[in-house]
Amino acid sequence: MSAQPPPGVLSLRGISKTFGAVAALTDIDLDVAAGQVVAVVGDNGAGKSTLVKVLAGVHPPDAGTITFESRVVEVPTPAAAHRLGIATVFQDLALCENLDVVDNLFLGHELRPFRLDTVAMETRSWELLRQLSAKIPTVRIPVASLSGGQRQTVAIARSLLGDPKIIILDEPTAALGVAQTAEVLNLVERLRENGLGVIMITHNMADVKAVADTVAVLRLGRNNGLFDVRDVSTEEIVAAITGASDNVVARRAARRTTTSEEGLPS
Amino acid sequence: MRSTGSPAATAVATDLQDERLRSREGLGGALTAIADRARGGDLGMIPVVVGLVVIWTVLQILNPVFLSSANLVNLAMESAAVGVIALGIVCVLLVGEIDLSVGSVSGLSAAVVAVLFVGHGLPAWIAVLAAVVMGAVIGWIYSQIFNRFGVPSFVITLAGLLAFQGLMLYVLGSKGSINLPFDSGLVNFAQLSFVPPWLSYVFGVVAAGWLFLTGFLHARERRAAGLSAKSLTLLVIRSAAVLAALTVVAWYLNQTRGVGWMFVLFVALVLVMHYLLSRTKWGKSVYAVGGNTEAARRAGINVKAVYTSVFVLCSTFAAVGGVLAAARLAAANQSSGGGDVNLNAIAAAVIGGTSLFGGRGSAFGALLGIIVIQSISSGLTLLNLDSSIRFMVTGGVLLLAVVVDSLSRRSRTSRGRA
Repeated sequence: MSAQPPPGVLSLRGISKTFGAVAALTDIDLDVAAGQVVAVVGDNGAGKSTLVKVLAGVHPPDAGTITFESRVVEVPTPAAAHRLGIATVFQDLALCENLDVVDNLFLGHELRPFRLDTVAMETRSWELLRQLSAKIPTVRIPVASLSGGQRQTVAIARSLLGDPKIIILDEPTAALGVAQTAEVLNLVERLRENGLGVIMITHNMADVKAVADTVAVLRLGRNNGLFDVRDVSTEEIVAAITGASDNVVARRAARRTTTSEEGLPS
Repeated sequence: MRSTGSPAATAVATDLQDERLRSREGLGGALTAIADRARGGDLGMIPVVVGLVVIWTVLQILNPVFLSSANLVNLAMESAAVGVIALGIVCVLLVGEIDLSVGSVSGLSAAVVAVLFVGHGLPAWIAVLAAVVMGAVIGWIYSQIFNRFGVPSFVITLAGLLAFQGLMLYVLGSKGSINLPFDSGLVNFAQLSFVPPWLSYVFGVVAAGWLFLTGFLHARERRAAGLSAKSLTLLVIRSAAVLAALTVVAWYLNQTRGVGWMFVLFVALVLVMHYLLSRTKWGKSVYAVGGNTEAARRAGINVKAVYTSVFVLCSTFAAVGGVLAAARLAAANQSSGGGDVNLNAIAAAVIGGTSLFGGRGSAFGALLGIIVIQSISSGLTLLNLDSSIRFMVTGGVLLLAVVVDSLSRRSRTSRGRA
């Protein structure tokens, strides 16, 4: 897949963003191709969330260009991002717990505004959920009664509604248990099989090794390395994240020789 | 899915394929589902129906006149004005906000109608239109203050409560009370115009028929799309029950004066709001904003526009309610919209199952809630208890309703339905 990536769907060049005196992003480059999963990793404050918000249209960048399908585009608002085909699943999922699954999936994009087409919406919901092999027993229950993994599935399914080219997942597994994490990772692979470009923001090295094709490391708001997942070790990624090979993670690993080399459990 | 003979019935419907789903079909299944929801803390209208039965039983034992046809006719007529106001309260509560000024706005609207109609001799419809437009403008002002400055709605409307009461006194002027002429259409509508008996039965038949037809078409559409649907038997039973209930009510009220047109207007507004809230994009936006404002914003909903729409609706309904109250009383005076109007409207909405926390409730709640409130009021008046006792009892019932709301919310949280 990543050996000869097809021409990038989304390319960022020289993106910068400052908040007052703080340079949150400086000169960031990032490329995503169709059917490619790019993991964006970095420590707290590395600028991951700001990068997501730039792409989602929450914060317009101060400098730099965003090229989408070989056109230079602006993403001033979330609606603009949605129109382009960039869908974002935020960490807090942004679901309405009092509404059922169908209502949440179509929130803001209901069919037939003045006489809701509930049948078509429910049919389409089932199609989407089946496409993701989602394990949700019924779509007519409030989201409040779903598990964390099921909610993540609903949020991802919702982002698929507008037929996006790029999906941005912000820490999709951060709040999930072992089995639910596996389900979400399966979901990410299914998105890739469907030819979508996936940007996955994560802290979890196991997730990166499990599904990503390439890893882009951010450190203090700058690019700090782009790796092919197949020829990089967890230690190298951690070194890029922390900025030194002699870092606190490596020292811990050295102290505890019994720890498996694949890194920290999630 | 029995007894329908639908071709799609052979395969399992798309939405029933999960093996974890216990199948619930027919009448028994529908009842089980309701019981399940109630246990999970999703009480819906169960408390208000139970409360109504209890209150009616007690009041009937205390005074046998209470359930007489004449008194119920009166009760329905008295419900309409505050019921319309409560309908607006349901809308603001659904987005998790509140309007405490509906009483003052209704009083001001009554004063405006009286002054324009009687004082200036304008046609009734212009006076009413002016009052309703004024209500809409007041709601628009609230929404602008709310959206632009982020002032909590209860503070804005608390200020409005005082300000518009002042404005009402100013509009009424030194006289303090303006009587509407008894031969005017307004007063006639609110006091003397009743649906002819035959038409009241026709309304019942049309309602039941409409319910069946829409249910049947919806079920057919769902089956065609490969989804599960209500069985024909269930639809027939439901419509028959509605027809029977409406016929009995109409027949009983027709023993004396019958069903007032003002009550019909109220019910029509309830039905319109029910449609808007449950079957339109706007309605879903209202529930979404009440459930999770940030999620609604990210989903591309224009949250400020939703707030504007509900504040405007609420004040407009308050103004309409004020006009109806003035017509019912055949006067606008300094106590119009004062006293317990405010609290009764809010109490009706809350008792009808609308959550103070936003995102839960329905238009029918306003209808049932106001009947509960008005029953207490009417029953206590029949017992010759004056308004001091009435205020205390209504206050107690409101508190009870809020406690039920809070408890059911806690139960929803513990059962994962919050």
